[in-house]
Amino acid sequence: MPVAVSEAVYGLVFGVLAHQAGLTWTETLLMSALVNAGGSQFTAIAMWGGPASTLSIMATTFTVNLRHILMGMSLRRWVGRLRWQTSLLLALFVTDESWALTRQEFARGRTDPAFLVGSGIMQFPSWLGASVAGNLAASGVPDPAAYGLDFAFTGVLVSLLVGMWQGRSSLWPWAAACAVALLAALKLPGNWYVVLGGLAGILAGALLND
Amino acid sequence: MTESSATLLTIIGMATATYATRLGGLWLAGCFPESRRLERGLQHIPGAVIISLIAPHAFLGGTANALAAAVTGFIAARTRNVLLAMIAGVAAAWVTRRLIPQ
Repeated sequence: MPVAVSEAVYGLVFGVLAHQAGLTWTETLLMSALVNAGGSQFTAIAMWGGPASTLSIMATTFTVNLRHILMGMSLRRWVGRLRWQTSLLLALFVTDESWALTRQEFARGRTDPAFLVGSGIMQFPSWLGASVAGNLAASGVPDPAAYGLDFAFTGVLVSLLVGMWQGRSSLWPWAAACAVALLAALKLPGNWYVVLGGLAGILAGALLND
Repeated sequence: MTESSATLLTIIGMATATYATRLGGLWLAGCFPESRRLERGLQHIPGAVIISLIAPHAFLGGTANALAAAVTGFIAARTRNVLLAMIAGVAAAWVTRRLIPQ
């Protein structure tokens, strides 16, 4: 239940931002349904509409969602062998929330992969419904920039970022990402600075902090 | 308004990229040795990507935006409430843009 509620708030905010980026409610619905990965959707929306954005948005989406690889790997250790057809289906339900719930369940000794499917399906309606509701509600506001509402993008991302601080180990990855992103934003066209900054942060995190 | 093909293409591209990461983990589990280094790198992804995304807006987007970003960060650190911090940030942007000529 708490997951469904936080999902709904998150979805509402996403819907509002998607509207500002120029997405219709059907496009918002489509993205929430097909991609179904909140973090990467926020990132994509913030990059929306720039020149040559399709490729750089895809690359960023892939980078943001690389964590799913780790999450999937950690689940496999519990589940053991899987038929590849089963894994094709299971993969659809590897989301942040369902993974966290499933990890808890597995740690208690109940290692049924169906739990992943169940928790994945549970969160889906509130995420979809809230995305669309947010998008429709936002269409009532004529000129968002006049009220500072275009800052909502940066605002949401800044507050998410603050919650991700893990103490000193975050310092160098974040500093590297920030420096590379600023440099790339000044020197390169389009929004490749997001991917480049992100990769710099991953590298710094892997190489430093030994 | 109808869905433009570029939007549709981007959404499908995002969906494909995301599904690849979801399936990748389940399939690669057996092939990769557990690596602390890899794990450490991957855990910083969300923060690194988000900071890359906002750095140009916050640092190169003018004083008003930088101030509003600072207010948002402060409220978020104090309250741990994403929604509240965002509202404070929007209010701060609205005020600072009036005080500081763009």
